[in-house]
Amino acid sequence: MSDGAPRIGVITFPGSLDDRDAQRAVTYMGGVAVALWHADHDLRGVDAVVLPGGFSYGDYLRCGAIARFAAVMDEVRAFAERGGPVLGICNGFQILCESGLLPGALIRNRSLRFICRDVFLRVETSQSVVTSELMTGETVEIPVKHGEGQFVAREDELRRIDDEGLVVFRYASGDGVTDDAENPNGSIDHIAGIRNARGNVVGLMPHPEHAVDPDVGPTGGQPLFASLLAAAMAGAGA
Amino acid sequence: MRFSFEVLVSLKPGLSDPQGKAVASALPTLGWTNVSGLRVGKHIALDVEAADEATARAQVEEMAGRLLSNPVIEEYRILEAEEA
Repeated sequence: MSDGAPRIGVITFPGSLDDRDAQRAVTYMGGVAVALWHADHDLRGVDAVVLPGGFSYGDYLRCGAIARFAAVMDEVRAFAERGGPVLGICNGFQILCESGLLPGALIRNRSLRFICRDVFLRVETSQSVVTSELMTGETVEIPVKHGEGQFVAREDELRRIDDEGLVVFRYASGDGVTDDAENPNGSIDHIAGIRNARGNVVGLMPHPEHAVDPDVGPTGGQPLFASLLAAAMAGAGA
Repeated sequence: MRFSFEVLVSLKPGLSDPQGKAVASALPTLGWTNVSGLRVGKHIALDVEAADEATARAQVEEMAGRLLSNPVIEEYRILEAEEA
């Protein structure tokens, strides 16, 4: 529980790239960014945790496969089980899937190309730690940059994801229409981000931390960080 | 004793394999138009120190299930062990 601004931890794994951007986004949005280290069994008492993008452990074997066994992940798992807000972005999403905190997996883009561009995401639920400040059906503009972002899941898992309303974001047009042309990586059902049943763990491939400052592009990431900060203030993980 | 194993990891059937598709679509340009069912996977070789082969194999099974493959999207096969 925090007295002032919420403290948001950002984990650095060997090969993380976007940890500094995530810290900057937290600060920009009024939070206190706390650097966390993959090898520490310590979350430094933060109110929320961000697993940033990058190529942890070189993405060897599979994206996120080795990072999920990092010491800090034991603490992240316990924090998530207490209801603490956890956000995985891109490689962080892959790590959350590998660790079983989120269902499904991310495989090579259908095009086999690395993609780097702004996309629109349609909000599918406001019941999550990154969408509480958004309305269902609303769209936000945020960049993607990944080579392995095609979301897949077993058929039974996919049914559960659908039944329990675990999809948080879908790739869509600016006015919220899903279409293969708007789906950059071939993700099944246009899925860009999902949550756990409780809504306190969210993973998405697009990068909200690159979209908070109007000086450098779209600002669709702002409501996601505002939501995360609000969830952190509520102190669910304390 | 030391035993050598080879683990083959492949995407589950039914899951799209963009790499396999790209390789398959390159083959006809070289004249092979008679190829189908191409899938790209991984080959992992390792040596395990253990008292006997069954113990070593059981450990490799566990490694394959927990780290070498992701059971959500992949399946694995452990090839016959050889004493290293």
